[in-house]
Amino acid sequence: MSKFVGQSVKRKEDLRLLTGTGKFVADLRMENMLEAAFLRSTYGHARIKGIETDAAKSLEGVYAVITSNDIEGEIKPLKQFDSHCILPPNLIEEIDPVINYNFEDVLAKRKVTYAGQPVAVVVAKNRYIAEDALALLKVEYEPLEALVNPFEAEKGDAPIIQEHMESNIQSHFLVQVGDVDKAIEEADYVLKKRLRTPRLSSNPMETRGVLANYDAVTGKFRVWSSTQLPYEVRSTIASLLEIPEESIHVTAPEVGGGFGPKGGVHPEEILIPYLSRMLGRPVRWIEDRIEHLAAARQSRDQIHDVEVSYKKDGTITGIKDDFIVDSGAVNYFALTCAYNTAYHLRGMYKIPSYQSKCRVILTNKTPNVPFRGAGRPEATFVMDRVIDMIARNLAMDPVDVMKKNMIQAEEMPYDQGILVKDGAQLIYDSGNYPDALDKVLEATNYKGFRKKQQQLKEAGKYVGIGISSFIEGTGSGPFESALVKIDLTGHVTAHLGSSPQGQGHETVFSQICADDLGVTPDQVTVVVGDTGVLPIGAGTYASRSAVNAGSAIHEASQKLQRKVLEIAGMLLDNEVEMLNIENGTIYAHDNPEMKLTFVDIANAARPSKSSKLPEGMEPGLQVLHYFVPPTVTFASSIHVAQVEVDKETGFVDIQDYSVVHDCGTVINPMIVEGQVQGGIAQGIGSALYEEVVHDKNGQVLTGSYMDYLIPTSMEVPTVKMVHQEYPSTRNPMGIKGVGEGGAISPPAAIANAVVDALTPLSIEITKVPVSPGYLRELIKEAERV
Amino acid sequence: MNKRIVALTINGVDVQRKVASRMLLTDFIRDELKLTGTNVGCEHGVCGACTILLNGESVRSCLMLAVQADGYEIETVESLQNDNGTLNTLQQSFKDCHGLQCGFCTPGFLMTVTSFLKENEDPTEEEIREAISGNLCRCTGYANIVKSVQRTVQSQRTSKSLTEPVCHTDHKQNETVQIS
Amino acid sequence: MKPAVFNYIRPESVEETLQLLSDYGDDAKILSGGQSLIPVLNMRLSTPKYLIDIGRLEGLNYIREEGDHLSVGALVKHKDIESSPLVKELCPILGEAIRWVGTTQIRNRGTIGGSIAHGDPSAELPCVLAALRGEIVVASLEGEDVLSPEEFFLTYMLTSMQPDQVIKEIRFPIMSKKSAFSFVEVARTHGDFALAEAAVILETDETETVIKAQIAVGGVNPTPTVLEEVEDHIMGKKLTDELLTEVRRMTEGNVDPESDLHGTAEYRRELVGVLVQRALKTAGERVKKGAGRHE
Repeated sequence: MSKFVGQSVKRKEDLRLLTGTGKFVADLRMENMLEAAFLRSTYGHARIKGIETDAAKSLEGVYAVITSNDIEGEIKPLKQFDSHCILPPNLIEEIDPVINYNFEDVLAKRKVTYAGQPVAVVVAKNRYIAEDALALLKVEYEPLEALVNPFEAEKGDAPIIQEHMESNIQSHFLVQVGDVDKAIEEADYVLKKRLRTPRLSSNPMETRGVLANYDAVTGKFRVWSSTQLPYEVRSTIASLLEIPEESIHVTAPEVGGGFGPKGGVHPEEILIPYLSRMLGRPVRWIEDRIEHLAAARQSRDQIHDVEVSYKKDGTITGIKDDFIVDSGAVNYFALTCAYNTAYHLRGMYKIPSYQSKCRVILTNKTPNVPFRGAGRPEATFVMDRVIDMIARNLAMDPVDVMKKNMIQAEEMPYDQGILVKDGAQLIYDSGNYPDALDKVLEATNYKGFRKKQQQLKEAGKYVGIGISSFIEGTGSGPFESALVKIDLTGHVTAHLGSSPQGQGHETVFSQICADDLGVTPDQVTVVVGDTGVLPIGAGTYASRSAVNAGSAIHEASQKLQRKVLEIAGMLLDNEVEMLNIENGTIYAHDNPEMKLTFVDIANAARPSKSSKLPEGMEPGLQVLHYFVPPTVTFASSIHVAQVEVDKETGFVDIQDYSVVHDCGTVINPMIVEGQVQGGIAQGIGSALYEEVVHDKNGQVLTGSYMDYLIPTSMEVPTVKMVHQEYPSTRNPMGIKGVGEGGAISPPAAIANAVVDALTPLSIEITKVPVSPGYLRELIKEAERV
Repeated sequence: MNKRIVALTINGVDVQRKVASRMLLTDFIRDELKLTGTNVGCEHGVCGACTILLNGESVRSCLMLAVQADGYEIETVESLQNDNGTLNTLQQSFKDCHGLQCGFCTPGFLMTVTSFLKENEDPTEEEIREAISGNLCRCTGYANIVKSVQRTVQSQRTSKSLTEPVCHTDHKQNETVQIS
Repeated sequence: MKPAVFNYIRPESVEETLQLLSDYGDDAKILSGGQSLIPVLNMRLSTPKYLIDIGRLEGLNYIREEGDHLSVGALVKHKDIESSPLVKELCPILGEAIRWVGTTQIRNRGTIGGSIAHGDPSAELPCVLAALRGEIVVASLEGEDVLSPEEFFLTYMLTSMQPDQVIKEIRFPIMSKKSAFSFVEVARTHGDFALAEAAVILETDETETVIKAQIAVGGVNPTPTVLEEVEDHIMGKKLTDELLTEVRRMTEGNVDPESDLHGTAEYRRELVGVLVQRALKTAGERVKKGAGRHE
């Protein structure tokens, strides 16, 4: 019975965060701690002829200056993540993938391949002195041709970025269903477009940071990192330094936002522990914002060439997509974003013939990794711009084109005829998309807007409305772990492998556990972000924690509840089915006077000769459960943006933003709404403001917040939300993920709204951000026609 | 000239330290005074995570040297709690309205709003949005922060109106109020 | 992002400051509010040997009515201008423009002298100063110079100030009670640097004919720019839609912006034309209502 699941329980995390007592990595300070700073490449592509370190080394307060020569043979290179590179055999058969091995040295060796790449590291008494030393380092570079355009980079005669490879095409695949060429041949119309999504920087307000302390006596490392994946950090340090995982204890303390790029292991997370061992002192590195904007991994950056066949009535019969991912200098995540794009592109629509051909190309830019949405915002931008273009070509309302192609409620579960990356068939498990569309159109008063729009346009106000929808495979595996235990005081503690960055894990998972064990969330302590207890765990990314950690804690709690009841049954001499747990006490329906507490049960279960346990039951009150999802589960959402365009200046003002979404069973509505609103803010950033720009030499031009623009409170409206709750069929509680969703649709919804606002002037937005300069160019182009 | 004594009052406590002249006020507060509630987000004056109060006004502590703050009164997030350790009205409103997620930008917002509400007791939504526009948040999308501020205003108004009748019963006091 | 080592000096008087500047010359930098300088120090784009903190000098923190102008001491903070009744009364366009400067936190620390000395062509105060034909009082041991904005601002982030000079005062001419004004600006996001801005002060006679016009733009040339040609063109005319369109074209011809990440030269040129047109229109409407100054 759910008493707490479904309630907006206030967050346990807030007290410490509101009083300034929560500890982020930068707040941790150890005795004798030294601070590190990195010298980073100022070139996109260059050979390192030599590094002069003497002056820096002799500076007072400097303890070490390390270049790749100094660590030769001591630290293995950071290679592509195995867990993402190994594909199931049936998927390999179906998409014929090639993934060429690629890697990055933790400090650049012989050459640099992107601006921001670590070239040397200084350890000093404090950050000020470390930066003084950086200024004394002299690197002699021989510039090489920088490849910033992936179309140039993939050419046969282009310089090779990863020199062991034969070309810069790091990976590719082809996925298809139906007969797209035939569909194009037989179509009434064919639309051909090139659409782009920008390179983005994730910009959690807390930058990255690592603190490590090596204990020479025990031979153990203690590491604190601002990461989404403490277990992955542990295993990567272990493998690169060739030490057992057991000797490394990683904690993700308070983590100030992650959004994807903190989910992965960066060179600094290896070097800092190494330096601590080398110097015999704690060493800390805190990334500054300028480093973050250049060196922290970036995302999106796709270019799609689509051909779409459609009928006079708006039915889309086929999509042929040939796209590239500009991966930067290393592709750590193999096909993760690229295949996400490919399998999500058709979204809520039934499009029988589909072909998606992808090349992941290395360029001289910062490595491209998953960022909130991970390939889905790109797919959605393509699909929904296409829907909008088709509607305009046919003089139809975009809503009618959506309806024409939308999967109907009675068609669920719906099989899209291809595979998910984990090898499962791509089947949407639950949802009702037409109902979602009706609901959101009502919320935004679509009909009313259309009526009013004509008058406003006549009065010279360029107002428009744009729609975008998506489905999202959430809760990807491989697994998540939970250990739930009751101690001798009767208190419940749950350890989870998942590790939060603001999502409120301590609160939501205590709600689940509390319901299962018949206690209150206050009586459950949820411990996350620490490799100290559980043998293995995964982490928080890919909208997966509620699904996987939620299911893991649910299953573990259920098993523990069963054990508690069985012990109680024995002690009360009653059938388990007759027992109840309420507020931490156990009693039988037919004899409510006879009560037991968790303390009684814990004592009975205590391992000893006098344990009072049913025959054959193991002592102890703890249950470890690994939840392994069968495959992803499909959340869905539709966004509607209303905008006003200042036609003369090209500025876009968002006047209303409405959303309907389905994330299955909602654990905590307050937190779900917070995730959606926050995701949309990032999506608005991508739609109108944000883009990492490199010059032709691979230099980052958006190196500070003066040039990389994050939306403020003046640019992000309060979103109207409507909820649907179609439980997932792929986990016991019916949960679907919600963390990323908000960020997926805004670029398409806003671009469509801008186009609509300027109609009858026919502009064609093919990329975001829709900056005022870009929009003015489009307007002028359209006016010339 | 490389080092200098800085004496100031922080959260009501007088402190004095000899520090490097180049030390940023943020680092002084965090590393010297060990008050790590004030966070560092960009160090170039855009994100507002390091906002503190300097003689009651919100300023960015990353854009000040510690030596510049010599003689000033500083308040940080650590000063906000009630004397009995409970959250103050503003902090409680952030909790009630889910005005924070990762919490990294939160101290900066709290300080900005603390100073803002002293100057504007009954702000409109637009004024609230304008007031917090110098603080970036990457998690919440701002909506719940705006709501938290509105909730604070509401609570303060309620508690004020609760005390008003006491004022009105005292005729003399009432007159004094009118005169002043 | 931490500043390099410097010697910090906090002089007690203007005289001492000038002596220090005379002694250290190029090796020294003046620190007042620090809102533009400290980011530059943090990024180590500037590594002065001596940092002379004038932030608490007495005698440079005043807003006074003096004859035909408002004298504002170099150390007056933006927020003080924002809240000054004297500014509101005598030079209201300044109060309007100042709200566009950065954010509250920046305005609480940033000084007017610092803003002018920074020489950023997209900054608001230089634009207003240019439109009003204000003056900048600069001092050195040699004495004081009173400079026009044209003499003071040389190009992007460069002024005519010598290493031994410091700004003492900014003089904003008092606006006629009969004039109306408008300051318009656009920035990509709130509080960000201006893409372009326009300041307009306008006076018309009873027949709605322009009898005085002061117009300046920022963010589109290496320095804040007075649009004299436009001013002359509209004198003696009524602000018809047709005239405003001419103004827009003429403005475009009077600026030579550079392309950057946030807009091409062409975009900025057109944008500033639109802004001048809009600012004039607003000022025209305000002067008609007779309520311009107090809005």
